[in-house]
Amino acid sequence: MSKKNDYVQIHRTVLTPDLRSKNLPEETHTKPLEMWVKGYLQEESANVGDSVTVITRTGRVAQGTLCDEAPHFEHSWGKLIPELLHVGDQVREIVFGGEE
Amino acid sequence: MTRDMSYDAVMARKNEIMKKAVGMDFSKYESGSVAFDYEGMMADTGYTLEDIINIQKQFAIGDTHIIELKNLTALARKCAPAGKGARIFVKDEATNPSGSFKARRAATSIYQAKKMGYKGAISATSGNYGAAVAATCAMAGLKCIVVQECYDSRGIGQPEIVEKARKCEALGAEVVQLTVGPELFYSVLIMLEETGYFNASLYSPYGIAGVETLGYEIAQQFRRDYNTDPDVVVCSNAGGGNLTGTARGLMKAGCKAQIVAASVNLKGLHMASDDQFNKKSFTTSHTGFGMPFATNPDRSDVPRSAARPMRYMDRYVTVNQGEVFYITEALASLEGLEKGPAGNTALAAAFYLAQEMDENQTIVVQETEYTGAGKHIQPQLSFARDNGIEVRLGNPEEEVPGKSIILPEHPRLIRARDVDLNKMRHSLIRNKTEGYDNLTDEDIAFLAAETKTDNAYVLQTLKELR
Repeated sequence: MSKKNDYVQIHRTVLTPDLRSKNLPEETHTKPLEMWVKGYLQEESANVGDSVTVITRTGRVAQGTLCDEAPHFEHSWGKLIPELLHVGDQVREIVFGGEE
Repeated sequence: MTRDMSYDAVMARKNEIMKKAVGMDFSKYESGSVAFDYEGMMADTGYTLEDIINIQKQFAIGDTHIIELKNLTALARKCAPAGKGARIFVKDEATNPSGSFKARRAATSIYQAKKMGYKGAISATSGNYGAAVAATCAMAGLKCIVVQECYDSRGIGQPEIVEKARKCEALGAEVVQLTVGPELFYSVLIMLEETGYFNASLYSPYGIAGVETLGYEIAQQFRRDYNTDPDVVVCSNAGGGNLTGTARGLMKAGCKAQIVAASVNLKGLHMASDDQFNKKSFTTSHTGFGMPFATNPDRSDVPRSAARPMRYMDRYVTVNQGEVFYITEALASLEGLEKGPAGNTALAAAFYLAQEMDENQTIVVQETEYTGAGKHIQPQLSFARDNGIEVRLGNPEEEVPGKSIILPEHPRLIRARDVDLNKMRHSLIRNKTEGYDNLTDEDIAFLAAETKTDNAYVLQTLKELR
């Protein structure tokens, strides 16, 4: 549960499929245009799934469904790509090691 | 009074909203026919090149190093015929605040926004430009909203774009994230109307004039350090602003280097496709933007785009995703420079182009970009693999965008493939003259400038098109 002034993320559908631009590929046209915004919760308390209002960091008022009570980033350095080790070794070998 | 916020109603208010949000009346440059006064529009920023250099200095932007890539040049020479292999240089634009040349593009806009009394700026971008606007807004004390196309309909974000969101937030901006689709522009218009903020468009004259300092610096630094002008300058190309500004700056310095555009080949992938959004490993510097923006520059978020790359481009080449990843790894392993892959698109092209040139010639890649979690070859290739893309060593010619990424088995397999510029010139002339029956002399001269050709070329093309 989040309390007033907690920093949360909300989600909202901006355009349902029928209201979207006509010039879209089929697989996009059948999906809604969705939006995510973060801000300070205005309700006294709320849970994920509740309709809420937030005030964003620029002071905008935004409404939507509470989707994340503790928004944070999880992007990473990925898993090992062994081919990159090969490339690094190869170019050093060619320039500094003598190819033969 | 409540305004109609439907898609059609907001789009119909586009020009009115933009006029308020850029503080420029674009209609005064129109001729009423095909032509418009491009140079008049560029001059109306009111800033000279010197003014812009000084503005950028206030933001600690510019004067980045040009680094000679001696080991990468040695590698190119190992792959080239005897006597071939030009010296390769890179301008280390990643050392600008916010980590890319885009800081130059943001600075003049934000300086102008501040001067005109705007309280904040909005930028529609999923790329480095967002961070640049956020950083310059932070310095200028303006509020900043960055609007990104970030997720597919499963809610999965492109790691490169998620990292940009993080960086923008770290620099104090509000980040609004959307799913795939060009209606992002609709959301931006609503926010511009709601906030009264400045539209820090990538394509305004302020943005492009800001990049002129990059080209100008290349000429000045080269003359100072190497006593010569570069023979070739390669620009990674997407919306065309990077190339346009750089070329204009080089021209202002009187430098006649050949200007080459380079894009990652994403042939077959639709940029508005929800399914294909996460099947590409480059979110910029690719043909999906490069081709349409070159042949129809006014598709941007301002009525007339200041980015008009066909006016300046001498050659346009494409490279494959795997080749850019390879060269990014080579740059780290051979030169100790760990940079983001998208900015290395031109470097992959230059690696091949250098092999066509003599050893005593010089080729300059005019940018690098920062790297970090998400926007680094390792997470990007890892993400590709997780999305079912085949990643392997092999012959890059076999790469199919959206299906495979092929890291060259050997650096001699890296190639820059020429795009038919005449075909692109024809497209531009066709796009610009659609619906016009009686072209004026001014129109013909305009189209010649737009395509870097002459009146005879334009007249001949028009004959062929009709």
